[in-house]
Amino acid sequence: MSESHLTGFRVSRAGPLALLQDAGRFGVRHLGVTQGGPADLHAWAWANRLAGNTWGTAVLEITFGGLELVAERDLTIALTGANLGVRHNQQAAPMWRTLAIRAGDRLAFGTPVNGLRAYLAVAGGFRGETVMGSAACVVREQLGGFDGQGTSLREGDTLTVNEADSIPADQIAPESEQRDYRQTTTLNLLPGAQIAAFTGRSLFDAFNSEWEVDQRADRMGVRLTGPRLQCTISSLVSEGISLGAVQVPPDGQPIALLNDRQTIGGYPRLGNLTPLAASLLAQCMPGQTVRLRAAGIDSALRQHRQFLHSLR
Amino acid sequence: MKPTRLPCLERAGLDGWMVRLFDSIEENNLLWLAALAEECEAAFGDTLVDLVPSYTTLLVVFDPLHISPCEARKQLLDILATLTPAEAGTSGKLHELPTWYDLQVGPDLQRVADMSDLSVEAVIEAHSARDYRVFALGFAPGFAFMGLLDQSLTCPRLDTPRQKVPAGSVAIAGQQTAAYPVVTPGGWNLIGRTPARLFDRNREGLSLLRVGDRVRFVPVNQDTFEAEGGETTLTNGGPAK
Repeated sequence: MSESHLTGFRVSRAGPLALLQDAGRFGVRHLGVTQGGPADLHAWAWANRLAGNTWGTAVLEITFGGLELVAERDLTIALTGANLGVRHNQQAAPMWRTLAIRAGDRLAFGTPVNGLRAYLAVAGGFRGETVMGSAACVVREQLGGFDGQGTSLREGDTLTVNEADSIPADQIAPESEQRDYRQTTTLNLLPGAQIAAFTGRSLFDAFNSEWEVDQRADRMGVRLTGPRLQCTISSLVSEGISLGAVQVPPDGQPIALLNDRQTIGGYPRLGNLTPLAASLLAQCMPGQTVRLRAAGIDSALRQHRQFLHSLR
Repeated sequence: MKPTRLPCLERAGLDGWMVRLFDSIEENNLLWLAALAEECEAAFGDTLVDLVPSYTTLLVVFDPLHISPCEARKQLLDILATLTPAEAGTSGKLHELPTWYDLQVGPDLQRVADMSDLSVEAVIEAHSARDYRVFALGFAPGFAFMGLLDQSLTCPRLDTPRQKVPAGSVAIAGQQTAAYPVVTPGGWNLIGRTPARLFDRNREGLSLLRVGDRVRFVPVNQDTFEAEGGETTLTNGGPAK
């Protein structure tokens, strides 16, 4: 029997946070298990496409940088998402394209230049431990990742990579898809939930103000600071929360909820960011300002379907 | 805000609808929610991604590539038009959770007794006297929100949550009770500990408790607690201030 998966990389330096992410954990949210999956779905999907993988293949999500990997054999990879000043041996590594690397090559992530989260896909896919149908790594729930225990990469780890069926063709993502996250200014929000319970003034403020991305931001959610929003209801009976939901706790400062959010919650909500808007927000640096735009369902659905059609 | 006519559908992004059935917490809600979830599974088939039931609502998440929100809405309205509740007797498995009520593992037991103007023994008796319903799972995998507590035990959450609540801790807050499946931060009042494995990734079904299940806490002594695999040594940081 031939080995169909082998060591692909060795971790020579662990950054603050590098997690294995497939599409996410589905069908178990009624048990209180969160979704997980890539915070930036768009960049994650492109990484797999450029590495010749199918949708859903597990990819590394590297937050802030710092990670250093050594290739243990010849591999084909793709880097997308944030520019974290990654170097391939002595040179700046090209992003948003298929890239061949050799055994012994070094990939060193620096610090954020543009965006917060980079995605590294490898042809054949990283091989994680599937827990409840997914290898998505959720630290808080101690689920998924390479060890099945939700652990961020550590120095000395060896990362297993499945043998690729074939060497993928060289591809470059269209320039329009290579995001400049510093340019993110507007996030599409689909109104819903308790939006009718917010005061008129607050609704005006919500969609006509600049919102600053707060330091308090992680894979559970991103806090926005700005005018204080007032809702006539302060708390509800807890109910299910879907991706991108924008909840407003009593302090009036909204929190957009991302992949690792708790499955239910009891704060009133304005609605949901579209999946692609949630992806963009996950790349925003603290201090960056954004605006919320009330989006129509038809155009949002068309845009999302186009994305899924081309990459899923 | 004007009162909403129920049931109603609220948009939850481009891949979800919130089905709001009720505006207050009642045990009977669970029968309707169970029936609705079952109908959704049958009607949506492969296009269904997740169903998240809670006290008064069901969040329905679908695959937006294969069914549009508009089609999903029509599907849900059709289901609601003919929905009948699950039969009371058929839903909800009964679980008995052995529980060691003691100050060693329930550091808030005395404070709860003081607040309720009851003896510790009376608190234990009141907590273990009735069957609870699981209204929702959330907060952490397998964490079941159960109710409703005897009025006399109603007490607020801690002002400052503990950083680490030991797995198995049995706790109360407001009119609800719960048992912590894993070590997490937590702001509920700890009154005991169960050896039951509440969430096990290697068990079929994963979570011991499901929405709609019934739960009875059965007082046991330390020996039984330990014999059944309970961990006494886990620190809980002492009584809350």
